[in-house]
Amino acid sequence: MDLYLPIAEMSVNALVIILLGGGVGFLSGMFGVGGGFLTTPLLIFYGIPPAVAVASSATQITGASVSGALAYWRRGQVDLKMGLVLVAGGLVGAGIGQIGFRQLQKLGQIDVVINIAYVVLLGSIGSLMLRQALAELRRIRAGGSVGSGGRRHHPWVAALPGRMRFYKSGLYISPLAPLLLGAAVGMLTVVLGIGGGFIMVPAMLYVLGMAATAVVGTSLFQIIFVTAATTLLHATSSKSVDIVLALLLLAGGVAGAQLGVRAAQRLRPEKLRLALALLVLAVAIRLFVGLTWTPASLYSLDVL
Amino acid sequence: MKRRWLLPLLLAPLLGGAAPTMLISDLSQARIEIDTTFKGADLLVYGAIQYPAGARPDSAPDIAVVVRGPAQPVTVRRKARLAGIWINAEEQRFESVPGFYAVATTRPIADLADDRTTAIYEIGVDNLQLSPAGGDADRSFEAGLIAEKRRAGLFQEASGGVTITRGVLYRARIALPSAVPVGSYVAEIHMIRAGRVIASSQVPISIDKSGFERWIYVAAQENSLAYGLAAVAAALLAGLTASLLNRRD
Repeated sequence: MDLYLPIAEMSVNALVIILLGGGVGFLSGMFGVGGGFLTTPLLIFYGIPPAVAVASSATQITGASVSGALAYWRRGQVDLKMGLVLVAGGLVGAGIGQIGFRQLQKLGQIDVVINIAYVVLLGSIGSLMLRQALAELRRIRAGGSVGSGGRRHHPWVAALPGRMRFYKSGLYISPLAPLLLGAAVGMLTVVLGIGGGFIMVPAMLYVLGMAATAVVGTSLFQIIFVTAATTLLHATSSKSVDIVLALLLLAGGVAGAQLGVRAAQRLRPEKLRLALALLVLAVAIRLFVGLTWTPASLYSLDVL
Repeated sequence: MKRRWLLPLLLAPLLGGAAPTMLISDLSQARIEIDTTFKGADLLVYGAIQYPAGARPDSAPDIAVVVRGPAQPVTVRRKARLAGIWINAEEQRFESVPGFYAVATTRPIADLADDRTTAIYEIGVDNLQLSPAGGDADRSFEAGLIAEKRRAGLFQEASGGVTITRGVLYRARIALPSAVPVGSYVAEIHMIRAGRVIASSQVPISIDKSGFERWIYVAAQENSLAYGLAAVAAALLAGLTASLLNRRD
């Protein structure tokens, strides 16, 4: 089923895009990650112009996260207060990221920067998560209980001034910590076209020391608002949001997300984290190989 | 663009003698509309050769059909290995690169006319005057640009792509890919005999988005904030709908 995309200015197979959205949506619901780190590279690989892929995948993440976030909300697994602090930081970060994005585009280095950023981020976070997940599995096998005594926030977080109580997260910490985290992720949302869940979730767990039950829901809550702001930024500056592409991705994505949430309820959280770590590492390795292998063509065109 | 046209048009009568040979040309579609189901189009360029006093020579002439799209400035970047990683190292800007360029000829371009003639009429992708800014010394960027455009189907060369029937009727089929840029196009038809262009004609083509595609595109360009808000609203609505439909547990 061929469909012409009005902003990407090309014809695509609608079925392929829907299935792509569905697969990514499943992961979104299961892990609480937006899945943008998969959608964007896959769309570029399919032939969608990178700027359109980045912008439209942000739009799709908004919709894909809504169904997931609502599912967690109904189970009372969203810390609203924590979420709002993260969103506030995220909006600031998105604004800063937009300025950086424009500069890199002018220099012609946006593609390389995006790829290196993906490799560094996914590689370091993936290995950190893998180490944690393996240690946890070993502890369980040795007869210990899940996460007992392992959960506490990073010493840096404790050093920040001012404290606030986040009941659902089980935290009494400075709001500056989640604010800064939100800003960092917001910046990445604009530049990389990702929700940032794969950074947010481990950072919430291992840096802030949040209760595992509230992590995924709160991460999805933050993603909705920051990706919505990103869509607006891209729509008004680069005009590269393809609403048809985003809705195609969503058609598959919303269905996939629901299935993902259900699958996640049945799986043990430590196994879930191990699976996510492996997935993140796999993408990092694939992108790293892409950076180092001699490309099929040394030349790239940029129509002004 | 306009000036390039003046020269052959002025020369055509001189080269052809007092009663010049004429080319009568037409297109299957003068206006191509890009709608939701657009996946490229086949453009048929056809016409007839009108000889002075109906005197048809024994051997058929050569015809070159060129279809070109609006010129755009393009930056070409070349990757180089830096610490094991391929990054964009050098760049070269070209001021006037046709968004689309296809040439169909009766014979290989090298056999049609000498290099000078094909360069003047810009027949063949290697004869395009792409106006490199500051000069592209070894033409390596130009070669890279042409290779990339060819890969995308936006530059085409088809030797043998023009068929001539009974020495009078000619036709060529040009395939426009789905990623063809919108704008004003022109089909240029040159008749070549003994290495000289003896008649030329041109027909304008317009390629534009229509209906839903146009509506979306115009909204995104002109009311970008409202478009962005609509995109967010549509995404949220799709998510909420799915969530409600699935609220069984």
